[in-house]
Amino acid sequence: MAENEPMVEVFIYETRQFLEQLEQVALASEDSGSFQPEDVNEVFRAMHTIKGSAAMMLYDEISHLAHAVEDIFFYIRELHPEKIDVSAVTDIVLTAVDFMNGEMDKLDSGAQPDASSEELQKSTHEFLRNFKLENGHDPDVDLRKAKNKTPKAAEPAEPAKQQYFIQAVKPEEVKTETGSSHVYKAVLQFDPEGGMVEVRAFGVINRLEDQASELHYLPEKIIEDETAADTIIKDGFKLWFTTGLGVEEVRKLLDETMCLTGLELTELSSTAECEYWPTPKQKAAQAVEEASPIVPVKPEAKPWPAPMKQAGHEGHESQMISVRVDKLDRLMELVGEMVIAESMVTQNPDIRGMELSNFDKAARQLHKINGELQDRVMALRMVPLEATFKKMNRIVRDMTKKLGKQAKLMLVGADTEVDKNVTEHIGDPLMHIIRNSIDHGIEMPEVRKEAGKPELGTVVLSAQNAGGEVVIRIEDDGGGMNRDRIMKKAKEKGILTKPEEEYTDQEVYSFIFAPGFSTKEQVTEFSGRGVGMDVVVSNIKALGGTITVDSNPGKGSVTIIRIPLTLAIVEGMCIKVGGSGYTIPISSIRRSFRPEEGDVFLDVSGQEMFMEEGSPCPIVRLHRLYDIDGAKEQLTEGILLVTEADDHYLGIFADELVGVQQIVVKPVPGYIQAMTKMTGITGCTILGDGSISLIIDPGKLMGLLVE
Amino acid sequence: MDEELLQEEDTQKDKYLTFTLGEELYGIDIRVVIEIIGILPITKVPEVPDYVRGIINLRGKIIPVIDMRLRFGREFRPYTDRTCVIVIEVKEVLLGLIIDGVSEVLSIPEGQTVVPPELKAASNRYIRNIGKLPDSKVVLLLDWEKLFDVEEEKMLSGMNEERGTEDGTV
Repeated sequence: MAENEPMVEVFIYETRQFLEQLEQVALASEDSGSFQPEDVNEVFRAMHTIKGSAAMMLYDEISHLAHAVEDIFFYIRELHPEKIDVSAVTDIVLTAVDFMNGEMDKLDSGAQPDASSEELQKSTHEFLRNFKLENGHDPDVDLRKAKNKTPKAAEPAEPAKQQYFIQAVKPEEVKTETGSSHVYKAVLQFDPEGGMVEVRAFGVINRLEDQASELHYLPEKIIEDETAADTIIKDGFKLWFTTGLGVEEVRKLLDETMCLTGLELTELSSTAECEYWPTPKQKAAQAVEEASPIVPVKPEAKPWPAPMKQAGHEGHESQMISVRVDKLDRLMELVGEMVIAESMVTQNPDIRGMELSNFDKAARQLHKINGELQDRVMALRMVPLEATFKKMNRIVRDMTKKLGKQAKLMLVGADTEVDKNVTEHIGDPLMHIIRNSIDHGIEMPEVRKEAGKPELGTVVLSAQNAGGEVVIRIEDDGGGMNRDRIMKKAKEKGILTKPEEEYTDQEVYSFIFAPGFSTKEQVTEFSGRGVGMDVVVSNIKALGGTITVDSNPGKGSVTIIRIPLTLAIVEGMCIKVGGSGYTIPISSIRRSFRPEEGDVFLDVSGQEMFMEEGSPCPIVRLHRLYDIDGAKEQLTEGILLVTEADDHYLGIFADELVGVQQIVVKPVPGYIQAMTKMTGITGCTILGDGSISLIIDPGKLMGLLVE
Repeated sequence: MDEELLQEEDTQKDKYLTFTLGEELYGIDIRVVIEIIGILPITKVPEVPDYVRGIINLRGKIIPVIDMRLRFGREFRPYTDRTCVIVIEVKEVLLGLIIDGVSEVLSIPEGQTVVPPELKAASNRYIRNIGKLPDSKVVLLLDWEKLFDVEEEKMLSGMNEERGTEDGTV
């Protein structure tokens, strides 16, 4: 991601959150077939905020589009039209969301959001016009203005009062309650970089409301007036209020405000000193004079409920902070280094063999804390799959709509947490698989009916923790895969490596992961080009995971993805060969034993073998492979590790086992990687004594042997 | 910030860290030098040319080390207390150069350097310039960019590998 101004970054972050929320709300509403008042409010609020902040950032196209969509929801909210085409409204929201997401992507990569939303705006306006006509409303009346005028003409003073006074005047009451009341003037300066100054200012008002008996501020219309933010940035946010609190308490209260850069607090002797202290009458009169199109509203319908937003949004902020992932990465690295440093201290050669009971106690404590720290830092990087999963709803919706199929997506275990890295890379593969499930798997409704299945197809996307890995299953109840067709295609492509009859069902189905493989005769918008599944495989491999597929003709198919929870720290068996140390991941070791005379035999090519579970298993001598001096030559003196990878066994011969250790995997320096194939070596790690150990991947070693 | 950087670049311009390899004095641009350390335990790595001695652990960073004597086709000399590793960073890649000993940082303006004669010797390709010192000594200034060019390395390691397998079969 390109480095952006902090303000732009905040904008992107907040907008993206709103967009995600919008998409969820829109999809949920479409599902339920109607817009609930709270959903309408939510969409309205999100669009309004996007509009505001986009306008502030001078991204007019985004702002105008948001305004157009907001209009629709304003109409729905205010006049509760009876005929709502929920699906069409959802379409509009979704296209707008897509457009904005696209613009956010541009911003993310450092470009300017320059696409024109004029077409979208136009269609949105037209939709609203027709929408109004359908419901028998005059399409040309500007609702907002009309609404604002009505109550004012009727009772000008009342609403005005409600607008301007946060709380009814009750100075006498305060006096009796607290004994004394202080008058303060405060000028707050906000950091414009922080963005949304008007929201911050509103936060201040909200907090003071409870404490102050009377409260006035300039500019008055923080949220409604679009120039308020500029005024606040220029002149500061000015407050006059009376309260029972002491100076320090007030200062403390105000200091809690976010992005505050300056606070000027003075106590005044009486309200007479306030430069701005309108009496209720004055205010009402002023309001009438202004006859501003923005202000008063019916009591029951507040202008987009700012206080609510306050509670949700601001409160949210105090509980959550967003952190750049690279900072977490660095933290993780440091913890890794500390794990190493810890063993450097506790297993220091200088203290080896000494009786140090106090030291040992302290060391154990350190180990405990380090372990805890490691867990916590890992947990920091863990995020639920929920967001990624929910994005799939959209794909199912769009596809079923276009293809005329009926299908629903069920999410199971969406709260399963995985490394942030995983959520980033799993989205695309999931999308491709689900597309495939719907395009190839789920049949047309008629076909399903004939087959005695419910017309509504089901795709189940589930996730669960299993040991050190996360298992993600994508299951559909469609027609399943056609073995013969896949086989035929595979033959055409010439990717068979053994006689046709020897292929198991699973192996045949796995052909779909081959690059450029598609049985679809016709290329559709969604699939058939043959790209996709190999992208899936490469993405999942990059995460260190595996993917398998199985199918039951007529009943559906299931794709299973397994991904290790973390890639950074693994358990490894340290071994010694000659003077060098190597490490083999514990997960690939079956057992180890010291071979006896006669256990080992030679095959025709002179390869050393031994019997494991009744089948011959080749032996690799590391010292020969890696050309290490001073290693044990006699098999009976060393140790044989039986490793397992891809259902094959391999014996690795080493001098001795050193022990099991938590290791932090580091890549082999690029300089060395570039000049070698690094026979079977996937990385390196630093051991407790500071020495480097190379990590061997038995799978790669085996590949080497086969060649 | 840019100006600062420029200034820093400026103060380091034409400065060379000189070190010895046998009788000769070599110089390397000070701008790529990160630090100088004593020899650390080296972990051997299989399948690399002789001169890549292996990898070392420098405060948690894993860095490949190259014996410059072997790199230039000299005889291997066992490491002593005087043996040093110059850690350099080229294109964000850290490398350790094992040399006989460091001497000093010299300022050699461009005017005092000459282009090396066109000789066929392979190691000569890695000398960018020859600096002349007042006491009629010369410093061979390394062309570090070429020295660690991956393509170049590949070619070289390819040659070495072939030799290696030949040795193996004999």
